[in-house]
Amino acid sequence: MAGSLVLTLNQSVLGEFSLEKERLLIGRKPENDIQVDNLAVSGQHAAIITILNDSFLEDLDSTNGTFVNGKLVKKHALKHGDVITIGKHELKYVNDEATTDDQDFEKTMIIRPGMASHAAAAAKAEETAPPPPAGVGSQVAAEDMPLGKIQVLSGPGAGKELELKKALITLGRPGVQVAVITRRPQGYFITHVEGKHPLVNGDSIGAQAHALKDHDVVELAGVKMEFFVSV
Amino acid sequence: MSLDGKLEFIGVTDVGRKRAHNEDSIGSDTGLGIAVLADGMGGYRAGEVASAMAVNMILDDLREGMKHGKIGDVDEETGFCRETLLIKTAIEKANATIFQTAQRQPQCHGMGTTVVAIAFYDDRMSIAHVGDSRMYRLRGGELQQVTSDHSLLQELIDRGFYTPEEAKKSLNKNLVTRAMGIEMAVIPDLQEDIVQPGDLYLMCSDGLTDLVEDDVIHGTLQEYGENIEDAARHLVEKANAAGGVDNISVILVRSLRSFGAQKNWYNKVLDWF
Repeated sequence: MAGSLVLTLNQSVLGEFSLEKERLLIGRKPENDIQVDNLAVSGQHAAIITILNDSFLEDLDSTNGTFVNGKLVKKHALKHGDVITIGKHELKYVNDEATTDDQDFEKTMIIRPGMASHAAAAAKAEETAPPPPAGVGSQVAAEDMPLGKIQVLSGPGAGKELELKKALITLGRPGVQVAVITRRPQGYFITHVEGKHPLVNGDSIGAQAHALKDHDVVELAGVKMEFFVSV
Repeated sequence: MSLDGKLEFIGVTDVGRKRAHNEDSIGSDTGLGIAVLADGMGGYRAGEVASAMAVNMILDDLREGMKHGKIGDVDEETGFCRETLLIKTAIEKANATIFQTAQRQPQCHGMGTTVVAIAFYDDRMSIAHVGDSRMYRLRGGELQQVTSDHSLLQELIDRGFYTPEEAKKSLNKNLVTRAMGIEMAVIPDLQEDIVQPGDLYLMCSDGLTDLVEDDVIHGTLQEYGENIEDAARHLVEKANAAGGVDNISVILVRSLRSFGAQKNWYNKVLDWF
């Protein structure tokens, strides 16, 4: 059973809203699901995303911020009794239904791909993003994985760029210092193979694969290079 | 080139303490250096059918496919090498068969399975997975989860709605966003990586990871790692001691020594250095 929100202002109850919709908008403008008519509230102030029995709050870059139990939050997983403050209004999250029987929850269930794509779309901040094609869910095909590249900053290859299209790319000087960059669906990683460990932003990486972030500077075999990835 | 003597494999699957049947399946071909683990789901005993189909069909296809072509040959178009593409195709084919079987047989209706499949060749490996069964690597004393779960929980963590700590307390634990057998097509996650002597790889179903924390898994592998059979049994025991609410499967692979065939990947460095 989904939870609900009780809207109050100065202790007076103004309304109760059941959280059945996947994405519920809160703000000053009338097109919101919960309209809070107060100047301290942004036109589109926050959203509540509900997936099965759980609801999640997200601030939509509001001017005055969204608070939960007095703390400013950007994203928050709601718990029964949480009080959300938007402007001067309060929204209390009520969901004390014990979620079903333990037995059911231990069995792995498959969220039908259509549902997954809805949940993923609902969780995206930009409501304008077109929904993924039916049946695709949040799958990212190999061709759609973000493509990274490295640009050499020093040494004989300075200025050269390499697109990191392959799943595994070797860098360095065999016999001296070698590392590999691997491409995973969740991003690129660099792993030490031979010689001194490569540096990323000046720090030596450990034994295991190290996740690369956009603009990281890698130093290997005396050559500095910058890593770029479009998200 | 047979990989016997260069890689050590052990697989253990246990029904756990609460379930009547074991719907997990595991399989490997140690000479070829391949291993597959699948966690089946569905009504009645259909999960068993789905996971067994996945493991058997993928192993068969890989055995056949690896007879042809060059070891570790990279396909310029996709950026993946032969072995990775073989696993991808094998998963896609098995998925279609499981899906069709589920449609045609009433007792199999709705069945599905997760899968993790790995192949070792030329001092490197391919990893493919669908669902929330995982692969970890222990190297240099550090344990790292290599695959990223296809689960609602992981999606919420990735989007910043849950911290990993909050996620542990969530009840949405076992909602998988991708599985084999549910639709005509499936898109597995694909990765390649290098393998170093001394590496220890753990493939497991959520029957282990839902009950045993990563740091306990780490400690167990460090303590019993010298004998991977002991390590596997201890992991299963820990899951059972914590309630054994699901089937528990574990495959451990240790790299003993270099098995580089041509090491093309090693020699093909760029001329900037």
